[in-house]
Amino acid sequence: MRTRDLVVVGGGPAGMAAALAARDAGVRDILLLERDQHLGGILNQCIHPGFGLHRFKAELTGPEYADRFAKMTAAAPEIEVSLRSFVVGLTPERRVSYLKPGALEEVRARAVIMATGCRERTREMIPIPGTRPAGVYPAGLAQKMVNMEGWIPGREAVVIGSGDIGLIMARRMALEGVKVRAVIEIQDKTRGLVRNVVQCLEDFGIPLYMRHKVAAIRGRDRVEAVDVVRVDDKFAAVPGSGFTISCDTVLVSVGLIPENELLEAAGAAIDPRTNGPVSAELNGTSIPGVFACGNSFKVYDLVDWVSRDSELAGRAAAAYLAGGAR
Amino acid sequence: MKVHDVAIIGAGITGAALARELSRYRLSLLLLEKEAEPAFGVSKSNSGIVHAGTQNPPGSLKARLCAEGNRLISGPLSEELGLDFIRCGQLIAAFGPGDLPRLENIKAEGEAMGVEGLEIVDRAWLDANEPNLSREATAALHCPTAGMISPYRFVHALVENAVGNGVVLRELSPVTAISRGADGVFSLTAGGGNYKARSVVNAAGLYADDIARMAGLPPYPIRPRKGEEYLLDRKREHIANRIIFPLPSGKSKGILVIKTSDGNPMIGPTAHDTADREDLSTTDEGLDEVLEGARRLMPSVNKSDIIAYFAGLRPAAGDDFIVRHEEAVPGFFSAAGIQSPGLTAAPAIALMLKGLLAERGLRLEPKEDFRPLRERTVHLFKVPLPRTRELIEEDPAYGDIVCRCELVSAREVRDAIKRGARTLDGIKFRTRAQAGRCHGGFCTTRLMKIMQEELGLSAAEITKRGPGSEIIKDERK
Ligand SMILES: Cc1cc2nc3c(=O)[nH]c(=O)nc-3n(C[C@H](O)[C@H](O)[C@H](O)COP(=O)(O)OP(=O)(O)OC[C@H]3O[C@@H](n4cnc5c(N)ncnc54)[C@H](O)[C@@H]3O)c2cc1C
Ligand SMILES: Cc1cc2nc3c(=O)[nH]c(=O)nc-3n(C[C@H](O)[C@H](O)[C@H](O)COP(=O)(O)OP(=O)(O)OC[C@H]3O[C@@H](n4cnc5c(N)ncnc54)[C@H](O)[C@@H]3O)c2cc1C
Repeated sequence: MRTRDLVVVGGGPAGMAAALAARDAGVRDILLLERDQHLGGILNQCIHPGFGLHRFKAELTGPEYADRFAKMTAAAPEIEVSLRSFVVGLTPERRVSYLKPGALEEVRARAVIMATGCRERTREMIPIPGTRPAGVYPAGLAQKMVNMEGWIPGREAVVIGSGDIGLIMARRMALEGVKVRAVIEIQDKTRGLVRNVVQCLEDFGIPLYMRHKVAAIRGRDRVEAVDVVRVDDKFAAVPGSGFTISCDTVLVSVGLIPENELLEAAGAAIDPRTNGPVSAELNGTSIPGVFACGNSFKVYDLVDWVSRDSELAGRAAAAYLAGGAR
Repeated sequence: MKVHDVAIIGAGITGAALARELSRYRLSLLLLEKEAEPAFGVSKSNSGIVHAGTQNPPGSLKARLCAEGNRLISGPLSEELGLDFIRCGQLIAAFGPGDLPRLENIKAEGEAMGVEGLEIVDRAWLDANEPNLSREATAALHCPTAGMISPYRFVHALVENAVGNGVVLRELSPVTAISRGADGVFSLTAGGGNYKARSVVNAAGLYADDIARMAGLPPYPIRPRKGEEYLLDRKREHIANRIIFPLPSGKSKGILVIKTSDGNPMIGPTAHDTADREDLSTTDEGLDEVLEGARRLMPSVNKSDIIAYFAGLRPAAGDDFIVRHEEAVPGFFSAAGIQSPGLTAAPAIALMLKGLLAERGLRLEPKEDFRPLRERTVHLFKVPLPRTRELIEEDPAYGDIVCRCELVSAREVRDAIKRGARTLDGIKFRTRAQAGRCHGGFCTTRLMKIMQEELGLSAAEITKRGPGSEIIKDERK
């Protein structure tokens, strides 16, 4: 089995920034594993502008932001990029196994940086009662359908959750001619940026219902409607406040969860509440020589801060290696 | 028009088991299913338990056929069809000495049905074998022959093998009219097609009474009983080593902690009568009831462990199965009211129906070319890494991972389609892609592209579970 100095798992903004920073700090043998066919991670489907204001002092789209890092990564001979490489195993001894078309590979790493991003919370995790028809999608899946494939999931939509992803998808759907009937938010304020509330909802006349929740999804084969109720301080339904909104699509945008099943299987301590690694310092894990950064360490709103903090992970790994790690 | 020997209405576990059993003989067989694929009815939403044969009223059909079904599934069917049956055993937990007489009673009734290995175990045994069981449990009845099976893959295995042996399967074919000619031959209208058959078997689950009415029979008293079930993350796979039951209530076997053959434990089911055969909704109350019941058995069950949920309707018609020839309509057979433990009993129900058909003159001449074996399906999540390596060497597409949560490769998805999957749910039930914690957030678009390639569909034609459940509404070219 081959031994590499540093293996980075995940080629999103976090993984690329970490690999580049490790290289700048002197690491010469880096393997970057990415399960997708290209680098960039979730940014590839974020075709709206608003990325890089801090990092590049320019307003870029997600793919443009990703591309700047992908070019730097490709130009670094110290970083071997392996695409379509799906990591399926990590051990406390830092053995990394991954599948790619035609091969199951194993490497031993002197240091590992996990940059596996996050996944969306689903309707099942809330959980929202009712039927289980077609037409209920995590907002990020709808974003992928619309932006990557040109597939329009529905004609009349209700969005659950008013974080930035929910807001941006409400606007994206409206731009595609979908009637967005409502955004439903259980809290009394939105988690999203004010500019997004204005630009994504107000400019499109989309109603935002604060302190409301979806009590049930209806429809046998395809979504037909949602039942909505107002909630009290304890998020319980206020009797008599219910109403129904007809729609054929429900986009669920109720938060992100760090994706750390590999770290967990390796025995790293994971906070059951956040699903992030338990660590006193930024980018740490409970396994020596294994670091985590970006959305897999904690969920970030802005990619600019992902890049900044992930560079620290790259440097921390370099320092660990320089300290005589074997 | 061709006259079939037997037309079976409904491709759930009951119809599938009968079709496969009859396919051993020189017969012309027709299997009509209203949904887009087999196992889209009750047989997809249940607990997946192959019961030992305990907890049924003595003397009932349920009791006899359940015990026999367990023997058939664990023996010949698993061997021939490569079923994923796992004999994990079950425990019925007692909370205090007052419960012991009831355990003794269940044990005696089970033994009378020929259930083997029943044994009452004490607290020390429970400590050693079921460490997460509630400290309050004082003893339990251990039923080692109980097990678990993937219910939909069980149906698919039977249907695939039946079709391989000549059974004609017609999906999207709801039977809407039945008449019996003067010659005794039945004419059936189903999904725009017309069919003829000398015998008809009604295995239409929740809709069996509609079929009875079409045949001119009084409807069976079907009263759907809803069961909500909640699936836990695969991370909790080892919460229990066996299926854990409380003592049964009057109406049901209670809220259980269930191991499933896919790894994810499940908690449930509730049991509430409903008037609506289409009511597959889950409720806040159901969730509370299930959590409370499951925590009584296993206090460490957590709401945040839940990754999925569903409801199923038991097609109860009175207290027992109805399996009989209908004298009022000669040649018409009923397999109705197949409530729990119907999944377990189905192979035995099939044998009983075969006997009834033979009594009414169906000639059972064995086919020399009957092929009892079916090639086992491959699931990467079930095989160790060295085996994965071999598979990838055989076909690189095993290394092309489509579903990240459940580790499903492109090759498995293509195989599922070759074996009959036509919808996203069909792919999910066969492969587990979309069944994990991210619920298809990651793999749905890739699955749709594979379906486009394999089935020649446009994206807008792809459905979740048949017409009306299209995934997308419009396409921008
Ligand atoms: C839907 C959505 C919309 C967003 N919109 C905005 C926005 O408008 N503006 C903004 O500034 N920020 C936005 N963000 C936040 C920003 O995009 C993220 O913070 C940033 O992309 C996180 O980078 P990352 O590298 O940690 O994760 P990701 O970009 O998710 O990258 C993780 C990478 O790891 C790979 N990977 C995961 N597991 C494995 C494995 N086992 N083997 C191999 N590879 C693996 C993945 O394929 C992926 O490429 C959005 C995030 C999401 C989810
Ligand atoms: C919550 C729950 C938990 C359960 N747990 C267990 C368990 O652990 N173990 C166990 O042994 N049993 C269990 N059961 C019982 C078991 O699921 C059923 O007994 C069994 O699935 C019934 O199978 P079936 O083939 O008779 O009905 P179905 O699976 O419903 O099959 C009937 C088929 O007929 C089709 N059909 C209907 N109308 C027409 C028409 N007009 N034309 C053509 N086709 C038609 C339907 O689409 C359907 O596919 C459980 C049931 C429930 C609800």
